[in-house]
Amino acid sequence: MAKYLCKVCGKTYEAATKPEKCPICGADASLSEEVKEENAIEAAPKKKGLNTNGNTYTIIYASVMVIIVAFLLAFVASALKPTQDANVVNDVKGQILTSLNIESTDVAADFDKYVKDMLIKDGELVDYDGEFQTSYSSELKAGNLHLFVATLDDGSTKYVVPMVGRGLWGGLWGYVALDEDFQTVYGTYFSHESETAGLGARIAEREFQKSFIGKKLFADDPSTVVLTVTKSGKAEGETQVDGITGATLTSNGVADMVTTGLQQYADAFKPAAHVVEAEPAYSEEIPSVEEYENIENINEVTE
Amino acid sequence: MSLFSKENGAVFTGPLNLNNPIAVQVLGICSALAVTSQLKPAIVMGLSVTVITAFSNVIISLIRKTIPNRIRIIVQLVVVAALVTIVSNILKAYVYDVSVQLSVYVGLIITNCILMGRLEAFALQNGPWESFLDGIANGLGYAIILVIVGFVRELLGSGSLFGLQVIPSSALMENGGLYLNNGMMTMPAMALIILACVIWAHRSINKEK
Repeated sequence: MAKYLCKVCGKTYEAATKPEKCPICGADASLSEEVKEENAIEAAPKKKGLNTNGNTYTIIYASVMVIIVAFLLAFVASALKPTQDANVVNDVKGQILTSLNIESTDVAADFDKYVKDMLIKDGELVDYDGEFQTSYSSELKAGNLHLFVATLDDGSTKYVVPMVGRGLWGGLWGYVALDEDFQTVYGTYFSHESETAGLGARIAEREFQKSFIGKKLFADDPSTVVLTVTKSGKAEGETQVDGITGATLTSNGVADMVTTGLQQYADAFKPAAHVVEAEPAYSEEIPSVEEYENIENINEVTE
Repeated sequence: MSLFSKENGAVFTGPLNLNNPIAVQVLGICSALAVTSQLKPAIVMGLSVTVITAFSNVIISLIRKTIPNRIRIIVQLVVVAALVTIVSNILKAYVYDVSVQLSVYVGLIITNCILMGRLEAFALQNGPWESFLDGIANGLGYAIILVIVGFVRELLGSGSLFGLQVIPSSALMENGGLYLNNGMMTMPAMALIILACVIWAHRSINKEK
């Protein structure tokens, strides 16, 4: 049995050999043509007038579809952008508050109440008066580091250091809050882009974050940060924190992020406690005017 | 044909049991491995897939007569991807917490073969309402298996359910007890084994059918 498509009525019929007339509409069979098997399915749903399998139709269809979808997505994205950005800013502020162990219900108000966004510029702490940034790269390009200075209810001052790193699958970021001596960890917050749920993703759990509290940044040498994350169950002393079982690479990522991130700040910024220790080295004699001009050298000597 | 006819009933109940997308059709295995180490993401993923399968089924079913045959897969993909992007944007704007929890899972929905499978096998041949039922039922069929696997893995792997400790911590070996959580359960490979057990049980119950 072969299949024939009548061009007059658009229907297919089956016959052993080509008949004289189309059995459906009666048109001359010279207007019918044989259809191959693989075409039979395509020919069947053919509608009058509109050939949905033609090249022109396909191209137009695809273009129109793409344009409609593009406009739809662009509209949705731009309409929702301000709300999303506000959410992100709020979320970042919430993360900073979490690192200070503040459980907040009104994040924006609490952030303004406790935390001040500041910059470390040439080793000095100055006010940052730009708009709140959710990534700190723009100031970093200028060589400045963001530092959040928090004044808590009991009047104590904490420094919150933002940091970024790399986990197993994607980026990591976190905030480490330090006591005024820039030595003891007061609280932490870590999060991740796409670590494995139930394994690496557990760095975002408070239980892991709280295991940093009370740990020390420096051991004997006050210029090298040694705070790090070890394998689970292997942490010793005051400068090591247990990693997460089954998530060694994510734990290593956190370790790198914490150590290098804090080191960067420790190099750039000497808070009060450190300056007091280091002071005698250059306060023994009052420098002359010429020596003031070479003030950078003093820093080199003391470091 | 009425909205709740016998045929539509069969469309709805089929995927929940005898034609289950995971247990019988063996679709969507990859995401079933990725998100089932805990119960909560498993449930959220199941619900998201349900919603998105249902609505993409409806949309494809509405335009099924205009879709050029040669690019139908691309059209389906575009519809699904657009839908997922819109949903993820809306989540980000109005329920930010949930969208942070979902993180990569929303994007993973696009690659879920259940969606493409149902669009290709069902929505292209059936009306919008049947397609909607089919989408909901397949999504729920998928969710059921995810919840079973997630339940077993979280309970045996971390001794908790929904993140709440179920097995008392005093019973753990590290605290002097006799019980030890099975760390293997948190590995993706164990999801395959549990999944195989679920399929085995399912097939031996329904052997005669």
